[in-house]
Amino acid sequence: MSIEVNTLVKRFGQQVAVDHVSFSIGKGEIVGFLGPNGAGKSTTMKIMTGYLTPDEGQVKICGIDVIEDSVNARKCIGYLPESNPLYYDMYIPEFLYFVGGIYQIDNLKKRVKEVVEITGLGPEKKKQIGQLSKGYKQRVGLAHALINNPDVLILDEPTSGLDPNQLEEIRSLIRAIGKEKTVLFSTHIMQEVEALCDRAVIINQGKIVADDSIRSLSHAIRGQEMLRIQLDMPLPLSAFEEISGIAEVVEKKPGVVVLKYDAKNDVRPELFEMVKSMDRKILEMTVLNSSIEDVFRELTKLEHK
Amino acid sequence: MIQIYLKEINGFFSSLIGYVVAAVFLLSIGMILWVFPDYSILYYNYASLASFFYIVPVVFLFLIPAITMRMLAGEAKSGTIELLLTKPLSPAQIVWGKVLASFTLVLLILLPTLVYYYSVYQLGSPKGNLDTGGIIGSYIGLILLSFVFVTIGVFASALTKSQIVAFLLAALLSISVYWGFGLMSHLPAFTGIWDDLIASLGIDTHYNSIRRGVVDTRDILYFVSLGVGFVLATILVLTLKRK
Repeated sequence: MSIEVNTLVKRFGQQVAVDHVSFSIGKGEIVGFLGPNGAGKSTTMKIMTGYLTPDEGQVKICGIDVIEDSVNARKCIGYLPESNPLYYDMYIPEFLYFVGGIYQIDNLKKRVKEVVEITGLGPEKKKQIGQLSKGYKQRVGLAHALINNPDVLILDEPTSGLDPNQLEEIRSLIRAIGKEKTVLFSTHIMQEVEALCDRAVIINQGKIVADDSIRSLSHAIRGQEMLRIQLDMPLPLSAFEEISGIAEVVEKKPGVVVLKYDAKNDVRPELFEMVKSMDRKILEMTVLNSSIEDVFRELTKLEHK
Repeated sequence: MIQIYLKEINGFFSSLIGYVVAAVFLLSIGMILWVFPDYSILYYNYASLASFFYIVPVVFLFLIPAITMRMLAGEAKSGTIELLLTKPLSPAQIVWGKVLASFTLVLLILLPTLVYYYSVYQLGSPKGNLDTGGIIGSYIGLILLSFVFVTIGVFASALTKSQIVAFLLAALLSISVYWGFGLMSHLPAFTGIWDDLIASLGIDTHYNSIRRGVVDTRDILYFVSLGVGFVLATILVLTLKRK
């Protein structure tokens, strides 16, 4: 196991930020760490990288205890903190040499060249970090996390605040890196996890609510699908409820209805026929993507059962 | 540690800080010693650097906090402290790197003042008629004193995210340790052995003692242990912040 987290507890005053969190990640896995803001993702990651000390529990990275032997454990971690703090007045190579120097890397010059290449910093490498765009700053953050060729990469919201192009670039970068290394990255975007990894750990209010492969998670989420339809004139809600498979009907405004239905049973053809027979016209029909909110509602519901 | 040290030294000279500090120090000391009549060596008509060694600690009370204020407060503000503390670096290495870098800058700006020694040496009548032993002792005292001020500055900088608060706190602490105990010992409440004891807690007592040219191990021990004490306190603050 590359990462072993064992019954981690962290309290800030009254608030329990991390509540008996346990999971383990095998070598070469890419795992998404999902949760809404304030769920305890960053705190868990800060403990895993040795920045915070937990109140209870244990973390082992590559078999080394992070709390007992912090300095040695950190040697095999690459960490990109949330908000990506960097020295803005340093130049890119200067910064990478500084970080590489801390790890006492042999042949640092070659390694700096390599990470600049991997992260695609080449065209901007003569610039001061403060002058770079956000996407490039994020690359510098990844570059310094990679410089010691770590076995384990911990990335705290590596894609937050990027524009769609940058987002895709950073994602493909993580995908490429993840071929050889163990990667744990946090995000609050569900699609990102689906795009990048095979497994997700979901945390809410400091507790792990799900830890499963993406396929079975999406199945749990996709158990019910949501559909939004707009009609030219309103219909009584009872008309929808008569169609078998529709679980819930909510009228958002006159003529606009949101339906929840069982994913196994596609109700759309029947719905269309029904609306037609009632002499109405469908102006719009959209399948709503499950937002992280729905995922959570669903998952916490499952927990209670 | 060496990486942090070099980063800070580079930081001083790649930004304006190093040059501004050197310019402010040399300009103010130069004006006071050679131009303005109150402390001027030329007006004093006496081949001595006593006024130099009197003025420099006062300037350092404000200048050294200005050097050290961003050391840890800046890292905390920008979040880069998280970067450092998740690298294989112990808090001790970070703190010592920063203390030694600031100390080096102070030594570097003190270096040009040896010109004053040469000037007064040349101006003496007969030439070279000045208390070289006392001056060597005074320089040793000054170096030890600035080490303590630097450790106080870095300590204050570890306590807050705000550089201005760090500066004011460092200046206040330095002033208290420099003069405070001496002033306190004059309170009527302290008599007998107490007033000497309290005075000996202050920097000025030891600085003045070493300035006579008598390098007493007790004075050296005082400065070194005070400085190391502040460094240990700083390391403790950094460690506690991770709780």
